[in-house]
Amino acid sequence: MGVEGIGARVVRKEDKRFITGKGRYVDDIKLLGMTHAHFIRSPHAHAKVKGIDSSAALKMPGVVAVLTGQQLVDDKVGNLICGWAITSKDGSPMKMGAWPAMAPETVRFVGQAVAVVIADSKNLARDAAEAVVVDYEELPAVADVHAAIKAGAPQLHPEAPGNQVYDWVIGDEGATDAAFAKAANVVKLDVTNNRLAPNAMEPRAAIADYDAAEEHFTLYTTSQNPHVARLVLSAFYNIAPEHKLRVIAPDVGGGFGSKIFIYPEEMVALWASKKVGRPVKWTGDRTEAFLTDAHGRDHVTHAEMAFDANNKITGFKVKTYANFGAYMSLFSSSVPTYLYATLLSGQYNIPAIHAEVIGVYTNTTPVDAYRGAGRPEASYLIERLMETAARQLKVDPAALRRANFITQFPHQTPVIMAYDTGDFNASLDAAMKAIDYAGFAARKAQAKSQGKLRGIGVSCYIEACGIAPSKAVGSLGAGVGLWESAEVRVNPVGTIEILTGSHSHGQGHETTFCQLVADRLGVPISQVSIVHGDTDKVQFGMGTYGSRSAAVGLTAILKAMEKVESKAKKIAAHALEASEADIVIENGEFKVTGTDKAIAFPMVALAAYTAHNLPDGMEPGLKESAFYDPTNFTFPAGTYICELEVDPGTGKTSFVNFVAADDFGRLINPMIVEGQVHGGLVQGIGQALLEHAIYDVNGQPVTASFMDYAMPRADDVPSFNLSHTTTLCPGNPLGIKGCGEAGAIGASAAVINAITDAIGKNNLEMPATPDRVWRTINAA
Amino acid sequence: MYQTTYHRASSVDEAASLFGKSSEAKFLSGGQTLLPVMKQRLASPSDVIDLGKIKELIGVEAAGDTLTIKAATPHYDVATSDVAKKAIPAVAYLASLIGDPAVRYRGTIGGSLANNDPAADYPAATLALGATIKTNKRSIAADDYFKGLFSTALEDGEIITAVSFPIPAKAGYAKFPHPASRFALTGVFVAQTKSGDVRVAVTGASQSGVMRVGAIEAALKANWSPLAIDSVNIPASGLLSDIHGSSDYRANLIKVMAQRAVAAAG
Repeated sequence: MGVEGIGARVVRKEDKRFITGKGRYVDDIKLLGMTHAHFIRSPHAHAKVKGIDSSAALKMPGVVAVLTGQQLVDDKVGNLICGWAITSKDGSPMKMGAWPAMAPETVRFVGQAVAVVIADSKNLARDAAEAVVVDYEELPAVADVHAAIKAGAPQLHPEAPGNQVYDWVIGDEGATDAAFAKAANVVKLDVTNNRLAPNAMEPRAAIADYDAAEEHFTLYTTSQNPHVARLVLSAFYNIAPEHKLRVIAPDVGGGFGSKIFIYPEEMVALWASKKVGRPVKWTGDRTEAFLTDAHGRDHVTHAEMAFDANNKITGFKVKTYANFGAYMSLFSSSVPTYLYATLLSGQYNIPAIHAEVIGVYTNTTPVDAYRGAGRPEASYLIERLMETAARQLKVDPAALRRANFITQFPHQTPVIMAYDTGDFNASLDAAMKAIDYAGFAARKAQAKSQGKLRGIGVSCYIEACGIAPSKAVGSLGAGVGLWESAEVRVNPVGTIEILTGSHSHGQGHETTFCQLVADRLGVPISQVSIVHGDTDKVQFGMGTYGSRSAAVGLTAILKAMEKVESKAKKIAAHALEASEADIVIENGEFKVTGTDKAIAFPMVALAAYTAHNLPDGMEPGLKESAFYDPTNFTFPAGTYICELEVDPGTGKTSFVNFVAADDFGRLINPMIVEGQVHGGLVQGIGQALLEHAIYDVNGQPVTASFMDYAMPRADDVPSFNLSHTTTLCPGNPLGIKGCGEAGAIGASAAVINAITDAIGKNNLEMPATPDRVWRTINAA
Repeated sequence: MYQTTYHRASSVDEAASLFGKSSEAKFLSGGQTLLPVMKQRLASPSDVIDLGKIKELIGVEAAGDTLTIKAATPHYDVATSDVAKKAIPAVAYLASLIGDPAVRYRGTIGGSLANNDPAADYPAATLALGATIKTNKRSIAADDYFKGLFSTALEDGEIITAVSFPIPAKAGYAKFPHPASRFALTGVFVAQTKSGDVRVAVTGASQSGVMRVGAIEAALKANWSPLAIDSVNIPASGLLSDIHGSSDYRANLIKVMAQRAVAAAG
């Protein structure tokens, strides 16, 4: 593998600039004549906008404009779109209300923008915003999913009667009912998957710059997928055509899904920059992040699992209500359907599954993909249910899982997914060994003697990643293809630029992607640079989400590399007067195999560009591109086991040990993979113990700051014990499965299973706050 | 933040004089509450008078039976003070639990007591130890100082200069932190004075701010032991209830934290 090749723990190239404060984020960019936007947001969860009086604000110093939702309508700016069509069980398309970037008539969640002040400075914009008088007529609001579907509930959109977006089903209901009819045991569980606020470290931001002479827009924005942003902004919003819009996502400080979507603020900034004839900058603050970044999760589910007399699962029935908030965000519709219900088979051989998902509008912040997106909800449900089943059936939880594991691959589940490979026993074995599962009973007894309740919890997760192939997602309703592209540019001196459609916002692509090149050509990674995040520099690409950048994005680079190598071999063979078939690449040299004849890679590159002596008919230059569309999703899987203690006096949970045995296929940089797992686990633990975006009955957010919303901190989480059990993914040539979301998908169930084991009560919702755990311990 | 005028006072007299000359002045003593509130535009003082660099307001001293912490001493200095750790270890320990390192380097005891957040830590020690709050005008007994949520006996423009804690026979503090803010969801400070009296103060739990708990004091006076608190009944009425702790949970925490504080006190 070499010291910098695939599998090497290479220190991250990008960290020098991040650690020394030299990262370049959107808010760091200052343009000549730049103005600043401050949005005026609804304090009400549901209200009519009766009027907006900006006359006083317009007279204030430094104020350039006050723009409203009605002006967006007047200028025929399009409404925000949802890019994945879902069909209800009755055959009707999903029912959606319009989402204007600023509300001209009705606001439907606290924080929805109704107007924007553009001024010479951020403070002047904020001052003037206080002078804008918005006349609201409050309407009844509903925040809870159950309340929203009741007869007589406040209605959000006339297009969606009963606040229902869709009622979607998957699986074979008849076969599932038949399995339950014959079941020896049925295990039932109700679970809530708590709503989360994503809280990327860098808040969202946008700078729009309109060039009137060229009729051209440049948008700097915090995006995980700048090309998709350009596509959506140009195709649907009537602001700028694609060739007149450049989208740049420079350094971006975390996304976790929340920066996939096109938000009102960047649309308004673009439109406003043309209206005022100056660049417009908006940088959200933390409150705006809590109020307007798409939230995650928020499911309420009833599930039942049927077992035969040998404790084999025979059927699985699920009914889920998914809270979408007030509007359908870009990919929201797919999250509780094709990213959730298609994973309901978990790691288990389940002959019959039927799931129904009802999408519901409420007067809350829109909900969309957040790290894991549907798969954490599925994994949490299955793994809570397996633990519940083990307790009810009085068998060891690990043994019950093992007895039901899928062991033959490929495996077609009853819910679309065809798992390509895996070894679920291997990861379970590794995790059980790492945590000394056999010795737990003795440790529990020891803890009891010290007044502590000790528990152990297993979670065997599987996810579908890569979010591809395009043909498959297209058949399921996706509005876009989900391939990835790459271009490899070899410079005349032999340095290499990789242009990738993937986007790095913390993942370390500038290191891992170079490692592939180092591995193949034997050149140092210092000779390679990664270019991403600028639609003027990089060919169209799909961006980063769904743990796809290595499995799909890096494979696209590999495909382009193969073309470069093929041409370079021809040039080398010509120069060395050898047969192309005899050329091998070793340590940065092209060699004639079995001889000492060689030509260094930079000389090959130079030859390509001088073109003085190329094979007949060959074009000069050394630059190739590739578009890669995989043949299947990838299926990372693994086992997490958590051991913890509960203080019965306070209900406080303390970790004793947390082991993770993951199968991510081939690892490019194990150090970066470990970082991804650490971060994911912390988010999963955060969901299990701390995080909850709460609204009161009137739709007012209760947790809109870090004083109330409990983000996990270093001392809330244990030191993790990680290992890998590898089966190579057969779906891509590098054998990669993806590692970005696993921790967030698998951790929550391990934690809750461990707490419920410790306290001897099965019904416990997330977040398992000390109050909630204490109350559960003391419940009758 | 709205525009404001910042002053760095070099003496208490100068600070008081500046205050008198301003229309809507606020003293800044660490700013761990005032500055976030100003950033959110929820406060708009015309002038901010910084007490943090006044030399006479910084330091930890023990003399005779008294530990004195000057008002602008940051929590970190108290937490790491050998003088404080020797005189009343529970006070140094309490200071080590406030907020996070950034807060402890900035926040001060005077700022904490003047603000009197119902979930702040220092009020528990101040009340339980029967401390004296010294100002530029007078001395105020702790029992007379705390007047409910964010309310104190301080007059407009009055500056805390120091807090004097009588050194007790035994003292302990146990805090259950709020999961998000790390303020006290419930914190209990127990003290046994050298004359054998017992005082117990609870922060974070009551709707009226820091409070003494007579039932626990009586039980501990009879028997200074965690077990003595087992049979004490703490009613949930009058206690705070929010998403992180219901009132009955806080009632439970008062007992449990009191027991742990006694155990820590030895």
